[in-house]
Amino acid sequence: MIWVNAVIQGLLLGGLYAIFACGLSLMFGVMRLVNLAHGDMGVLAAYFSIILIEHLGGNPLWTFAAVIPVAALVGYFLQRLLFDRALDGGELSPLLVTFGLSIIIENLLQQTFGANDQSLNIGALSYQSWKVTTDVYVGRLNVIIFVIAVIVIIGLQLFLSKTRTGLALRATADNRRAASLSGINPKRTRSIATAIALATVAIGGLFLAMRTSFAPTSGSSDLLFAFEAVIIGGLGSLWGTLIGGFALGVAQTIGSQINPADGILIGDLVFLAVLAFRPQGLLSLRSVIAR
Amino acid sequence: MTLLQLEGVTGYYGHLQALQELNLSVNRGEILAVLGANGAGKSTLLSLISGELHPREGRVFYQDKDITQLAPHLRVREGIALVPEGRHLFGTLSVEDNLRSGASTRRRGTWSLDAVYELFPFVAARRKHRAAVLSGGEQQAVAIGRALMSNPSLLLLDEVSLGLAPVIIRDLYAALGRITAEGTTLLVVEQNITEALSVANYAICLLEGRVVLEGKPESLSQREISQAYFGHDLGPSSKAAS
Repeated sequence: MIWVNAVIQGLLLGGLYAIFACGLSLMFGVMRLVNLAHGDMGVLAAYFSIILIEHLGGNPLWTFAAVIPVAALVGYFLQRLLFDRALDGGELSPLLVTFGLSIIIENLLQQTFGANDQSLNIGALSYQSWKVTTDVYVGRLNVIIFVIAVIVIIGLQLFLSKTRTGLALRATADNRRAASLSGINPKRTRSIATAIALATVAIGGLFLAMRTSFAPTSGSSDLLFAFEAVIIGGLGSLWGTLIGGFALGVAQTIGSQINPADGILIGDLVFLAVLAFRPQGLLSLRSVIAR
Repeated sequence: MTLLQLEGVTGYYGHLQALQELNLSVNRGEILAVLGANGAGKSTLLSLISGELHPREGRVFYQDKDITQLAPHLRVREGIALVPEGRHLFGTLSVEDNLRSGASTRRRGTWSLDAVYELFPFVAARRKHRAAVLSGGEQQAVAIGRALMSNPSLLLLDEVSLGLAPVIIRDLYAALGRITAEGTTLLVVEQNITEALSVANYAICLLEGRVVLEGKPESLSQREISQAYFGHDLGPSSKAAS
């Protein structure tokens, strides 16, 4: 029963990783840009929520309504003003620019809020749980995060497969040159991808902040988990990222069950094993992103 | 009436000057064949018209508007569509999604999914398949169909017959006749001279970035063409490459 519990808790954790990572996957798919500041942007969203609560009060849950659209807007203009230019500058530029952005965000946050750990206090929801069996309890917040993560990823997949804009994103991900020759505006497409990426990482950042504590530099380790989820699942594939999130979450909780200090290590080992034996990921790019 | 006009256009392919002060006009409703060997500047010419390349010198006019600096996707919106060499389909997308992506400009006209399927019935049978698994001929038809979905006034075709079996080439060229019947102007770049000349009402031959020969297909002799194509006379007994 201990192991069943570990797997269940791992899946719930994996949902959080998946929602945190899906934007990374989308941006890479559409424009081959690896956003090294992705994790920091999630953390930034959490601090934004803290500011809102400080000034306006209430339960942090309401701040989703403010943080998500602001994040999307920031993403849209970040792409227009910064990433588009970086992408024109060759392969190395986007890496340097996003790495620099990551450093800037972390230091600005440290300057403004100090290095102390913070968390978003959502009251009783943070410790209430549902009983599954006598041995297995699931945290209500964790279940909510899981359900929303799965809904968001399914919604995103439906958006990609059913809408005109989604088609433009998939076409651009497949062949940029042909997309622009088909009349698809590459700048608009990229901006939408980044807007979605920032909106989803903001959701992930807020959930992460409700679940555990965070600090200005948390973004880097969050980014690592996001990367691992994306790579395990298969680069550029949303279903893959969901599966990758689950795999990483389960690996970590099973690892913690074996030895409480080893959870993250076991997750890393699973990630390395995937890189060594199935580098295209559990679901490969070719098979999924375009569906 | 002139649909497209290039005035003194100089284009570079990397550091190589691929076109030298080229003048060219395409009239509405005509089928213009652009012939020439590898490296003659044909693809550079198409890139300048599709907007993937901007000329160093000279200007490009379309429907009397200066479009020299216009981006490719905006030219599609204006009615210039390119079927690129090598087809460049969205291999991971279904055939139908490939065609639908061509309609992203929402230009109005006669072409729709149904019209394309009617033009190429064998494509309709494969509508749910991923484009990457199609045969070369089917892919070329999808590429043409995708360009048609934007309801272009000017359709640019780059090496349509490359790597395809003669019977398929014949089918595709037969379809071109139906496309012009709908009022679309065609610019056909080909190494396959015979096919191109069989449909064209006017032909130009490029050699080292210059127009060295032009005229109506029936007025051009094999010898003139081969001379223009290779840059030297192969002698009276030789035949033009086909």
